[in-house]
Amino acid sequence: MAVLDHTEHAGHPDLGNVRKIAMWAFLGSECLFFGTLISTFLLYHNTTGDGPTAKEIFSIPFTSVSSFVLLMSSLTMVLAHHAAGRKDWRQMRVWLLATAGLGLVFLSGQAYEFTTFVHEGLTVTTSPFGSAFFVLTSFHGGHVAIGVLMLLATTFMSFGGKLHEGQGMNVELVGLYWHFVDIVWIVIFTVVYLLQV
Amino acid sequence: MSEAIDRPHPTPRDYILIAVILFAITAAEVAVTYVDALDSARAPMLIVMSAAKFLLVVGWYMHLRFDRPAYRNLFLIGLVLTPVLFGAVLLSFGLLIGN
Repeated sequence: MAVLDHTEHAGHPDLGNVRKIAMWAFLGSECLFFGTLISTFLLYHNTTGDGPTAKEIFSIPFTSVSSFVLLMSSLTMVLAHHAAGRKDWRQMRVWLLATAGLGLVFLSGQAYEFTTFVHEGLTVTTSPFGSAFFVLTSFHGGHVAIGVLMLLATTFMSFGGKLHEGQGMNVELVGLYWHFVDIVWIVIFTVVYLLQV
Repeated sequence: MSEAIDRPHPTPRDYILIAVILFAITAAEVAVTYVDALDSARAPMLIVMSAAKFLLVVGWYMHLRFDRPAYRNLFLIGLVLTPVLFGAVLLSFGLLIGN
């Protein structure tokens, strides 16, 4: 993403890079945040009490489709960033909206999955496994929802012509956040779903 | 601050190729889950495939392969500390629960 790095003006700090450094530092701290939640899940994944186990309720084909949707949203996001680098704003908006749409599909899938689990007897209070599972996946879903809002805000600000100078960097920062949400899901999909069935 | 690494930047074709590889790895992960003969090798295989996907997204889509080393280092601090945190939590609480 160095293509979009802003040049440093005489006497002024390079705000583009400062924001990017801040975003990378934030993402580094987020690794620890999700690391805590994942290790808590690993600690309690066998403590199901009277509630259902992971093997009984997880639907791997369904979650695999959700994972695929989120992976493809990373492709559309990086294409949006590439379009912003070429100052092709129309293409950028199309890819940003596609990314937001795929994010919404993922969130709908998660809502459906949660509803199914509750009907099958797994709630946040059923067992330590249920608590750890819902807290981890809900926090990830919350991050996806914030990402969707950021994508839509960036798109609408672009329509309003409010982003012109800093647009490339804004898209890049939103992109970094979105890809991070994707890599967290890559880990969750393996550790929480595939290794438990 | 050190400059960006001088490598040719990926094109949309590269990004699509990465997406195809990510899809193939995900399909392989799911397949491994259903093959009973791979029971003992399942966990290491899944972890390796997950790590490959992680590195592809971070390196190519997040452009860490091509960007300034300072960004990579910032991210690495969090990334390296995470397994340490994993170990500390699992060891300390695991022992408590075990007792």
